[in-house]
Amino acid sequence: MNKDSHTQHISQQFNTELEEVRSHLLAMGGLVEKQVNDAVNALIQADSGLAEQVRDIDDQINLMERNIDEECVRILARRQPAASDLRLIISISKSVIDLERIGDEATKIAKRAILLSEEGEAPRGYVEVRHIGEQVRKMVQEALDSFARFDAELALSVVQYDKNVDREYKTALRELATYMMEDPRSISRVLNVIWALRSLERIGDHARNIAQLVIYLIRGTDVRHMKMEEKRKEVEGILQDKA
Amino acid sequence: MSEMSSHGIDISALGRDKRNLNLESESVAIQVNHLNLFYGHKQALFDVCMPISRQRVTAFIGPSGCGKSTLLRCFNRMNDLVDGCRIEGEINLDGHNIYRKGEDVTDLRRRVGMVFQKPNPFPKSIYENVIYGLRIQGIKQKRVLDETVEWALKGAALWDEVKDRLHESALGLSGGQQQRLVIARTIAVQPEVLLLDEPSSALDPISSLKVEELIYELKSKYTIVIVTHNMQQAARVSDYTAFMYMGKLIEYGDTDTLFTNPAKKQTEDYITGRYG
Repeated sequence: MNKDSHTQHISQQFNTELEEVRSHLLAMGGLVEKQVNDAVNALIQADSGLAEQVRDIDDQINLMERNIDEECVRILARRQPAASDLRLIISISKSVIDLERIGDEATKIAKRAILLSEEGEAPRGYVEVRHIGEQVRKMVQEALDSFARFDAELALSVVQYDKNVDREYKTALRELATYMMEDPRSISRVLNVIWALRSLERIGDHARNIAQLVIYLIRGTDVRHMKMEEKRKEVEGILQDKA
Repeated sequence: MSEMSSHGIDISALGRDKRNLNLESESVAIQVNHLNLFYGHKQALFDVCMPISRQRVTAFIGPSGCGKSTLLRCFNRMNDLVDGCRIEGEINLDGHNIYRKGEDVTDLRRRVGMVFQKPNPFPKSIYENVIYGLRIQGIKQKRVLDETVEWALKGAALWDEVKDRLHESALGLSGGQQQRLVIARTIAVQPEVLLLDEPSSALDPISSLKVEELIYELKSKYTIVIVTHNMQQAARVSDYTAFMYMGKLIEYGDTDTLFTNPAKKQTEDYITGRYG
């Protein structure tokens, strides 16, 4: 299947509906990605105004989730989609859950940003926040790109990348723990940073979930809880099919 | 083997909607081998090879003129009645080629019953409709006939609706009831295989659902092959689905896979409404 396959139905109306729900998902994804970016910047730059803005926009994301879900239910009820259309709807309706959660995590980071900005003086751990923040923002972006382009290889690379993020998260935690031991006065501030890192790590997990849904969408195989090698085989199967 | 968790829950059964059917592990009721069919010079079926599984529902789907009804009619040699129809290849029912010389076609049609798109009850009473086949076989004992009427109508999920008016005309029944009566008449002679050619396309949705429910119940006793234009119906009632196009069998496999992740692009295009 290719990314234009859902525009070739006999029913033009069905084409339009699928195209719309898909573009709504990508629009929501774009906004969520911006939220992650803004939340991380707000934290690093101690910009409480930007953090407030992130918290305000979260309502909009929640609304988008509900609207997209409604669209999916309507299409399921009225069109009884099959095969790739069915997988598209199922992937979309599951992806919105992950996107909405990413939005929630961005809001949590924004909340930590506000607390930290009130305490002044940049504590330890900002390098890690910036670094991991950049990595998970890229994961979200690429997961959405792979959805938009029906690119299973890109999706697989997102899934693979999540392991890096998990590793760096653990390293950062160890480092921050030693800071806290050295300087107990910094504990409350460092804890706020740790919470933010924890949110970033979760965002990476959600991006990975979306990427796995993209593989399901394209390949028809549920690759969750498979070993990395098996996932790769599934995706390579796609390439063989194309050839 | 099912995995049991420490709480005694059968983990392997959890969330398993997939029926995990596999054509290769099924008992074969009908085996079609290299079947070619010609109407005069026009070839309608091209080298069709497929097993039909015993006591399963197999659905044939495909656009008009793809040969699905033609193939279905081969299973009880209804095509013999068509002028200029010529068949190559073989269809084995329980291991015997039904196109071999000396095959008793009347007996074949008793073993392989057929129900058509439009209900065709005879202009007789409900009772007489059901036992029509038995009368032809020369069975006269009233007790046998009465019992047959009861179990056949019960089998066709019609008994409760008609038990008080068995001797009234069958033509007074609704379309859905008539179709179930025809199914009762077909099963009264205890066939092995039931062929259903669009059995519910002339019925309203509720009657359709009743027929579908009936199909589900009947498959514990009979091998059922159904031709349907309604893809959702095929998805609902069948265990295996065959997609045909231009006289060829394009894809054949378990219904779950065919409707969620078909292997062939032609199948995908047809079931998602892109064919045209």
